[in-house]
Amino acid sequence: MVHVSDLISEDIESYLAAHEQKELLRFITCGSVDDGKSTLIGRMLYESHMLFDDHLAALEADSKKVGTQEGEIDFALLVDGLAAEREQGITIDVAYRFFSTDKRKYIVADTPGHEEYTRNMATGASTADVAIILVDASQGVLTQTRRHSFIVSMVGVKRIILAVNKLDLVDYSEEVFNKIKSDYHEFASEALTLEEITAIPISALKGDNIVESSENTPWYDGQSVMEYLETVEVAASSQSRSFRMPVQWVNRPNREFRGFTGLIGSGCISTGDRIRVLPSGTESTVARIVTYDGDLELAGAGRSVTLTLTDEIDISRGDIIASADSPCSSADQFQARILWMDDSAMMPGREYLFKSNSQTSSMTLGRLKHRVDVNTLEELPAKVLDMNEIGICNISLSSRIAFDPYDADPVMGGFVIIDRMTNNTVGMGLIDFALRRADNIHWQSMDVTKQSRAEQKSQRPRLIWFTGLSGSGKSSIANILEKKLQAMGRHTITLDGDNIRHGLNRDLGFTKADRVENIRRVGETSKLMVEAGLICISSFISPFASEREMVRSMMDEGEFVEVFVDTPLEVCEQRDVKGLYAKARAGELPNFTGISSPYESPQDPEIRIDTTQVSAEEAAEQIIDYLSRS
Amino acid sequence: MQDRMTHLQRLEAEAIHIMREVVAEAENPVMLYSIGKDSSVMLHIAMKAFYPAKPPFPIMHIDTMWKFSEMIGFRNKMAEDLGLELIVHINPEGEQMKMNPFVHGSAKHTDVMKTQGLKQALDKHGFDVAFGGARRDEEKSRAKERIFSFRNENHHWDPKRQRPELWNVYNARKNPGETIRVFPLSNWTELDIWQYIHLEKIPIVPLYLAKPRPVVERDGVLILVDDDRLPMEEGEEPMMKTVRFRTLGCYPLTGAVESDADTLPDVIQEMLLTTTSEREGRVIDFDSTASMEKKKQEGYF
Repeated sequence: MVHVSDLISEDIESYLAAHEQKELLRFITCGSVDDGKSTLIGRMLYESHMLFDDHLAALEADSKKVGTQEGEIDFALLVDGLAAEREQGITIDVAYRFFSTDKRKYIVADTPGHEEYTRNMATGASTADVAIILVDASQGVLTQTRRHSFIVSMVGVKRIILAVNKLDLVDYSEEVFNKIKSDYHEFASEALTLEEITAIPISALKGDNIVESSENTPWYDGQSVMEYLETVEVAASSQSRSFRMPVQWVNRPNREFRGFTGLIGSGCISTGDRIRVLPSGTESTVARIVTYDGDLELAGAGRSVTLTLTDEIDISRGDIIASADSPCSSADQFQARILWMDDSAMMPGREYLFKSNSQTSSMTLGRLKHRVDVNTLEELPAKVLDMNEIGICNISLSSRIAFDPYDADPVMGGFVIIDRMTNNTVGMGLIDFALRRADNIHWQSMDVTKQSRAEQKSQRPRLIWFTGLSGSGKSSIANILEKKLQAMGRHTITLDGDNIRHGLNRDLGFTKADRVENIRRVGETSKLMVEAGLICISSFISPFASEREMVRSMMDEGEFVEVFVDTPLEVCEQRDVKGLYAKARAGELPNFTGISSPYESPQDPEIRIDTTQVSAEEAAEQIIDYLSRS
Repeated sequence: MQDRMTHLQRLEAEAIHIMREVVAEAENPVMLYSIGKDSSVMLHIAMKAFYPAKPPFPIMHIDTMWKFSEMIGFRNKMAEDLGLELIVHINPEGEQMKMNPFVHGSAKHTDVMKTQGLKQALDKHGFDVAFGGARRDEEKSRAKERIFSFRNENHHWDPKRQRPELWNVYNARKNPGETIRVFPLSNWTELDIWQYIHLEKIPIVPLYLAKPRPVVERDGVLILVDDDRLPMEEGEEPMMKTVRFRTLGCYPLTGAVESDADTLPDVIQEMLLTTTSEREGRVIDFDSTASMEKKKQEGYF
């Protein structure tokens, strides 16, 4: 076993001490079954002696039963996991494999090679440090080789092993190997953005140049696959970028402590460093880097930490803490590369959800500039993207987000696209750059709807319906509520007796029929306001349950928020702000609710406010809290 | 300026990130606690993830009534020492029918007490996200399972309809009736788990360490005589053997291995030198090649 040195049996403590210092490397293997990909991975597991006896016994039995190697061990069987795949003889999904050596622990993303699995390959590549591209020596650089390379390069893998496999089938020919190598370089320099290509002649089946240099290729003096993986330098690159930490969760166990938790995506941070919070732009200084194992002075990309700041500033999930010296920018319109991953095609003009690190926003995809044929790398015109297709388009978000271009920082520029109806992850996107306001997107196929009006205002339209006796406090609470919503940047309108009874409804009195008509008109007006994308606050006694239900039924599910301002009649009468109760008692006001006309209390309002217990200010907070939760 | 991290530190940071994502996005999360070594690691990391706060979710054990008695004592002590809310659920139907693996068979016992018990408990408390300590290296179908793994309203898993999981961006949006199993230790191996326990001095159930214990041999498997419910066959006498367990479950279904490894480094040493994989001690896996995949589709964790 590569990682079982004699130390294990002789001095386990020293062995453990040494192995705690191991690093982690993630790589992806690309190639189709015919290229010998599963065989290569099976071989690596076998050579690193990561297989247990019972696995080996099962493998030998399976090899005889369903193997394709004439009874010899078929390493591919080790790797093809799901029952469906074993029957079909293909690998349909990303599988993760693990093995370790003296120096490193490896996580292998084993991905299928067929064109219809482009999305699975992109998934595997999204976390990979290195990619192994397999080429069948007897076939040379094929369309699929170019496709695999393009996908891993697009997703940001910078280092590639070009593993020229099945060299045993071409008599370990140096000439064949060199030809493939130069063909590949020619293609890569044109089409890919790689930093390093390392070509290695191998036979996965026979084990040549997998772990040790093979005697069959005396003309090759480079590294074996494992030697390369053991020594390639990868970790430093993410820490050399500018500091970025997406805030996941605010940790507030008590009044004294307010920490911002997150996994550092890029760069390093030290106590005393100036930071800037995006997209708000507020600055502060790092007070502590808190962990369970004690405070740190320095923390770099890959570490999960909790930061506290010297100033009390407002930060919440989705914000980015960046270094103040080289902060990221923020914008709401971008050009992006999209890889579509769903059965139903991507529709320009449609609403989707955008989710990057911890930021979520609603998003509209613009018209496609073009799509890229993954086989020829040609740019073709396209109206939609089908599954596994890649295209370039502009996107527009409902709110500004902090970002960096994907090529500069994958943590800050990568996002997933979520379908609002099915909640599925339907695509991946890579931000190329932000669009300047001047080159605003032209939306040709987009309809103006209630939703688009609301999204323009970054809010959910609602009708907040206050009901309660005269003098119960409806208007006071409604006024405070509207001020608070305005301060939060929401777009609102208030309808009440003052602006309705004197205008639109000045022809109506207080008979039962007029009261019903009054509410019907207010309901219709409120509906128009909600159609406009506004948060409409309507404050009317509205004493009859059936009229309130009528208004509720005019609205969409969840839009109507009934707020019952529950003040006992005695209290209202005692307050009698406008002197109306006194007049009603004196018989001067007929049909006065509570005195000479009934009030039907709501049985199940969304919010009930007991004004004998809470102040108007607290009541408004209670409503805002409800709105943010539902 | 560089902050060098070991593979265990990276795995820990990844698990912490996953737990915080769940807490930020779930409505009512719970951590499933099986009392085993993986659960112990998961719980330890949960203490780190929310420090100085406590983990903002309860831990839940699906008790089958046949766990090793030492496990139950350990479970209660851990919850108390860490100051966490512990929920214990036993399938009341199983309790009523006095479920017994010797009488009803291991398959039925596992289905009723574990699979059905888990579904019941999640439904009863309305948990929408449940953390589990499963690892991708345990078994072939797990190698392809996502970190955020969705279950339909019947708690079934559909391996063909898994969402793509890109970078470390997790889509936690659920459809009505769906729940999510989240596996923060997906990328850990058995060796990683042991090394981490050793390094962090995490308490584990002493059954993992060798000690003379009374056992009987059944079909080549050593079963611990944990209490007087174990029916003795004709002429069968418990014998004292120095044994330990590589995995913990229901005592009648979990085989002991003969071993002298009575310290953690010895256990790791033995694991590295041994040549049978971990789950072999677990009786339920013997059925068929794809048995775990099938169980998972039916709602087993």
